[in-house]
Amino acid sequence: MEGSIFQYEFVIKSLLGALFASITAGLAGTYIVSRRMVFLSGGITHASFGGIGIGYFAGINPVIGAAVFSILSALGIEYLSVSHKIREDSAIGILWAFGMAIGIIFIYLTPGYTPNLMSYLFGSILTVTNADIIALGIMSLILVFYFTVFYRTILYISFDESFARTYSSYVDIFKYVTTSLIALTIVLNIRMAGVVLVLSLFTIPPNIAMIFTKVYSRIIIWSILAGFIGTAAGYIISYFAGIPVGATIIFTLVVIWVIVKGICQVMKIVKDRKQGSGTTNLI
Amino acid sequence: MANLLEMHSLSVSYDANVVLQDINFSVSESDFIGVIGPNGGGKTTLLKVILGLIKPLKGRIVFNSKLINSNSIGYLPQISTGDVNYPVTVSDVILSGMMIRKKIISRMSSADKKRTKEVIDNLGLSGMERTSLNELSGGQLQRVFLGRAVIGDPKLLLLDEPGNFVDSTFENDFYEKLRDLNKRMAILMVSHDIGMISSHVKSYACVNGELHYHPSSEITNDQLLAYGCPIQLITHGEVPHTVLKIHN
Repeated sequence: MEGSIFQYEFVIKSLLGALFASITAGLAGTYIVSRRMVFLSGGITHASFGGIGIGYFAGINPVIGAAVFSILSALGIEYLSVSHKIREDSAIGILWAFGMAIGIIFIYLTPGYTPNLMSYLFGSILTVTNADIIALGIMSLILVFYFTVFYRTILYISFDESFARTYSSYVDIFKYVTTSLIALTIVLNIRMAGVVLVLSLFTIPPNIAMIFTKVYSRIIIWSILAGFIGTAAGYIISYFAGIPVGATIIFTLVVIWVIVKGICQVMKIVKDRKQGSGTTNLI
Repeated sequence: MANLLEMHSLSVSYDANVVLQDINFSVSESDFIGVIGPNGGGKTTLLKVILGLIKPLKGRIVFNSKLINSNSIGYLPQISTGDVNYPVTVSDVILSGMMIRKKIISRMSSADKKRTKEVIDNLGLSGMERTSLNELSGGQLQRVFLGRAVIGDPKLLLLDEPGNFVDSTFENDFYEKLRDLNKRMAILMVSHDIGMISSHVKSYACVNGELHYHPSSEITNDQLLAYGCPIQLITHGEVPHTVLKIHN
């Protein structure tokens, strides 16, 4: 009996985690992928590891440390890229490694054994607390609200920023708010997939969606769906096969991407053949 | 005819590099001004000052309250500013021009939809509402961006090198559209290709650091009629030139 209650709780927690992770990653991921911010997001993710290390060392919740680090580094990179004082990709590369270095130093300096470190690097559903799930749930609500209310404003600013500046003085505020929300979203998902793997949760689903639609709002919806299937399947497989959850999710998502891409290619070839058979080839 | 904007002794510089020097210039309601000059002469900078994207170093720019209170300024940038691989459809892009009226919009109202449809039909893009930008030809892209510039019905339309992407089949049509728009709004068109615009604009502003304005009266109707065809080349005196013989 005890086993079944534990399993029931685990399934609920996994499904809720998968649901909130796919909603947040679908919304933020569509923004990241279409604005070509994948490398920037990678920088933010890894820089946040510095916050995790300091959190451990100071005895505060590492997620809070990571949140502070990721938002500061995100705003820093956005600001630097606007002011053109340094090459953006160089700035990202430096912050990426610097954050990791700080994290490693502080974790090394922390007395005693740090059992959760692997879960931060590679993700683990077993260490995900109810508070983590609730935080991710709240983040889902915030993002859904933000993207619904400001849908077109967000779309237009990220499509053509310089044109947006001709009619709006809110461009910078929107950019900074959106980037901060995304940094926070990434950090909250680190518990699920880990620092090293979390970014693929944001980049693979939109790329699956973009195989069959180019409409922004539909990319968001399909990303959430693809993300949910991949994440939920990843949890279940990882639990029963006893392999790390983050890696399993990413593996599942890539398999989905390959299958969808393959089906679309085959359908395209069949369609071309059908059209081709009805006409005479002139050349 | 009321002036829409006036520039008084306006200078603009990027760091130490002065791009525009002591500009005195005005645009009035039914103007169709061709802004010509060499690359790096400050043509685009002139547009950016009007749009408020660059602050002048010296002097000032005064807008008529009619221009500020109405639907502001329509702008067709050089095409490279938007990412054509961005997942956005033709009607999305054209609707974004409504932002000059609304500042922040979240969804399309039925009035917006109707207006967008009108603009799309008017530009000959019917049936392409849901097409994404990377499936369009250069000429079609140009029309989409023109649609974005005019959907808000601005009082002043700024065009930056519209000739760059216009295919020859659409060229006459494009300038016909501009002439039509000019009935409702003033147009300021930047081009380095004088031939392209000479038969369409009413007056010229030559920009090369400084700005020299040539009103339409300098190019008289008699001169135009004497050729019996659109004039393709207008230039200042003492320009070294060679005209080749007509082939037999």
